[in-house]
Amino acid sequence: MEYVGHSVLQKNYMYLSFPSRSENESLARVAVAAFATALDPTLEQLTELKTAVSEAVTNAIIHGYEGQEGEVRLRCAIEGGAVEVVVEDDGVGIADLEQARQPMYTSRPELERSGMGLTIMENFVDALWIDSVPGQGTCVRMRKVIQPDPVSQ
Amino acid sequence: MAIERDVVGGVLVVRLGGELDHHAVETLRDEIEQSLEETRCRGLVLSFQGIDFMDSSGLGLILGRYRSVSARGGKMALCKVNPNLRKIFELSGIYKIVPVLDDELSALRMVKEA
Ligand SMILES: Nc1ncnc2c1ncn2[C@@H]1O[C@H](COP(=O)(O)OP(=O)(O)O)[C@@H](O)[C@H]1O
Ligand SMILES: [Mg+2]
Repeated sequence: MEYVGHSVLQKNYMYLSFPSRSENESLARVAVAAFATALDPTLEQLTELKTAVSEAVTNAIIHGYEGQEGEVRLRCAIEGGAVEVVVEDDGVGIADLEQARQPMYTSRPELERSGMGLTIMENFVDALWIDSVPGQGTCVRMRKVIQPDPVSQ
Repeated sequence: MAIERDVVGGVLVVRLGGELDHHAVETLRDEIEQSLEETRCRGLVLSFQGIDFMDSSGLGLILGRYRSVSARGGKMALCKVNPNLRKIFELSGIYKIVPVLDDELSALRMVKEA
């Protein structure tokens, strides 16, 4: 079988699961950055992607599992010129999503959180969806366009 | 996480290195607080020259130190912020709270004059 580069890229994906330990924050963002390299991102795009992933994974660890042991699941896929990243935890969930998305809102000021994580994610990717069920967990899905599709004729 | 500490004219200078995420910030916070105690410095300069990655945990570290330095009646300034970090600094509005200077000397001057 012979594939042309692009058709392979359209189907590429990666799964990664790891325990909710803070040292895995860098593992997660570096893995996503390495995965996205196939789309030939600029340094700025790569930094934004890494930062958004770092925010989502950190939230799963600090807020989702509240520092307790749990599993964080990361899924990535390349679709056309965009990368999609899903970060999922089975933690406490978010009761009030609207409040959580407010810039500077944090439920853990005593941990010196800045409350800017979700705002940064919103600004650093092209689309962000959050699904959360209190008591069950949170799923954050983001999409970042790396190579805009050529305008169709 | 590499960190270098220096006292210049009564001001504590901390040169940060590596990646400023939640994992790194946990220990860094204690190290900086301890240095502030030990040196009895009231002024603090944080240099970001060696930082190539930072997320909102880094913002928490900056704001937390700003609070503790201000509570002691001291001043704080930042310097050497990579272009990589500029967007996150702008988004956070940190420029409105803590002065950000180009180099260490200007940051030191800012903290001393204040
Ligand atoms: N995965 C998650 N599980 C539970 N709560 C979350 C999760 N992600 C975010 N939150 C909630 O949303 C708030 C805002 O998140 P964020 O903007 O990243 O700020 P910060 O992490 O600094 O608190 C958090 O304080 C927390 O209450
Ligand atoms: Mg956060």
